[in-house]
Amino acid sequence: MPNTGKSTLFNRLTGASARVGNWPGVTVDLLGAKILLGAHMVEAVDLPGVYDLHGFTEDELVVRHFLENNPVDVVAIILNSSQIEHQISLALQAKQLGLPAVLFLNMRDEADQMGIRIDTRRMSEQLGMPVLSLSAKYGQGFAEAKNMLTSMLAISESRPGLDDLRTRLAPDDQIERQMHAVLSRSVMLPTLLPESFTARLDRVLLHPWLGLPIFFGVMYLLFQGIFFLGAPLQKGVGWLLGLVSQHVLEPIFSSSPVWLHGLLIDGIYNGVGTVASFVPIIVLFFLFMAVVEDTGYLSRAAFLMDSLMSRLGLDGRSFVMLLMGFGCNVPALMGTRVMRSRALRLLTMLVIPFSLCSARLQVFIFITAALFSPSRAPLVLFSLYLMSFATAIFTALIFKRKFRNTEPFVLELPPFRLPTARQLWLRGWQEVRHFLHRATKFIISGVVLVWALTHLPPGVAEASAQSFAGHLGNLLSPLLNPLGIHQQLAIALIFGFVAKEIVIGALAVIFGMQGTALVGQLAHSMDWTQAYSFMLFTLIYTPCLSTIATMKSESRSNLYTVGSVAWSLALAWTVSFVFYQSAKALGY
Amino acid sequence: MSTPLSLAHLKPGDHAVISHLKVDEALYQRLSAMGLRKGRSVRVVRCAALSGPIQVRVGFTDLILRLADARNICVTAVS
Repeated sequence: MPNTGKSTLFNRLTGASARVGNWPGVTVDLLGAKILLGAHMVEAVDLPGVYDLHGFTEDELVVRHFLENNPVDVVAIILNSSQIEHQISLALQAKQLGLPAVLFLNMRDEADQMGIRIDTRRMSEQLGMPVLSLSAKYGQGFAEAKNMLTSMLAISESRPGLDDLRTRLAPDDQIERQMHAVLSRSVMLPTLLPESFTARLDRVLLHPWLGLPIFFGVMYLLFQGIFFLGAPLQKGVGWLLGLVSQHVLEPIFSSSPVWLHGLLIDGIYNGVGTVASFVPIIVLFFLFMAVVEDTGYLSRAAFLMDSLMSRLGLDGRSFVMLLMGFGCNVPALMGTRVMRSRALRLLTMLVIPFSLCSARLQVFIFITAALFSPSRAPLVLFSLYLMSFATAIFTALIFKRKFRNTEPFVLELPPFRLPTARQLWLRGWQEVRHFLHRATKFIISGVVLVWALTHLPPGVAEASAQSFAGHLGNLLSPLLNPLGIHQQLAIALIFGFVAKEIVIGALAVIFGMQGTALVGQLAHSMDWTQAYSFMLFTLIYTPCLSTIATMKSESRSNLYTVGSVAWSLALAWTVSFVFYQSAKALGY
Repeated sequence: MSTPLSLAHLKPGDHAVISHLKVDEALYQRLSAMGLRKGRSVRVVRCAALSGPIQVRVGFTDLILRLADARNICVTAVS
């Protein structure tokens, strides 16, 4: 089959001795090589990769004609283990023709990762040919493959050309049934829900009119679940951090110089601690996302949303990437690699940064909790998600003519699967590790810099107009004042460019407090229109540095990357300006 | 044979056999890899609202594709 690592295997087998040659009945040149297998000197021929032996395409014709006109000792069939479901048909066709064949299941590593397990012994019994699982890329199983070919050569007799190959192939239906029989006995796919169950579930979940409302309902419930479970955990972590600060750190550093105390406790500990208290929520968030993704519901979302997305110049997969962006924009951007049309990819990558990612979510949870009543806060959060969608849609509409997409939309709809506990555990752990990585890389240096800027030059009042941060704020005030964003917060926005988590860390540092004291101070220092304007700006103004770096490496275009950031900055300013000024005009 | 029928003409529940693919080489490869090949029988499972994509079943695999692309897949209906 094509793209199964056939050539890699051939090259390994033949070394550098391969030469192009002519073969009876075949019009194109084929690569062949004389190699020594056991006691036999044999000629190995690299046939084109084909899906079946009927001969509908050029390549299939080449293979068919070759088999019709040339005697063969052994046919080595090479398939991709991770796509065994579709590819086993070729082995069945070979069996039916009575070809002396061996089956090599390549890319074992990929199949392992996807949780696909193949019982080669059973498959071999059913197919009546030796089966070997290997990984040509990592060189695993290569020696066994050579041995298998050698022992096969010893027992098989040269098979004359099959002149009536075509007519001897069974109808596809029959092959289809055999495929199912072989697969069900020798291949373990990740736990599949019974087929009738998938069909029944799909009747509801993919209903023409109810499908979308149900999808958004499910998403809403997931979010409720995350906060229901996450909020107590978050409080717990905050409480623990407070205890450590009060009973351990304060006594230790009580006699140290004021600046050191300030830097270590008010700066690093409060800053990183405030961010760390969100880790439980973020881990839960990714766990829930993983469930939705691994069950196969996201592919259903692509089906449901494609019609609407096509009107925006996007497709169903773009919507899935947008949802993935709610976790983190970086993997979502990388996920667009499955798109072949560059225009579609660029347009999708342009809208992904507007996805309200989990880092921005922390900022919003924090601020809404400080400024809105517990009954209002979820609504405010929900409105920010709507804004996230609205800005993405608006951006797609503006730019869809520039990036015109003609890519066909064909996608496999996987059956519903139960995610395994192992998969989920891995995801959760990955998130904790990811946080620790970001904490050491960006967040600590970010909060230290914010602390330095708000406390230097020496002797100035904290975050006052005389500090460096104050000067910076002054510089930006003509831009930020019309948005209702206080000068003190300018510094948080500047560092939010690096990573959004720093925004809350920075708030803790700017106000020199954490926990409930910080929340109280925030509520005191701004009204709700200013807070909402600040959140709108934070949502839209720019994704984090990692996202921009990913965008640049994925698009391989500086112009595109700069354009994207410029567009989001301009859009953020306009949206915040319109919101804040109209709220003021309306008397709020 | 009357007018050539395409996959886009079928209704949910209809069976057909693929007779011809009017697509370029690259797409042909992709469709083949997913099981949409000449001679394979397909069944339309459902159509999305608002002229959205259709879901078809080939063998034991479900695929979704847009109507615009389904139009390039010629079929002969099977009653």
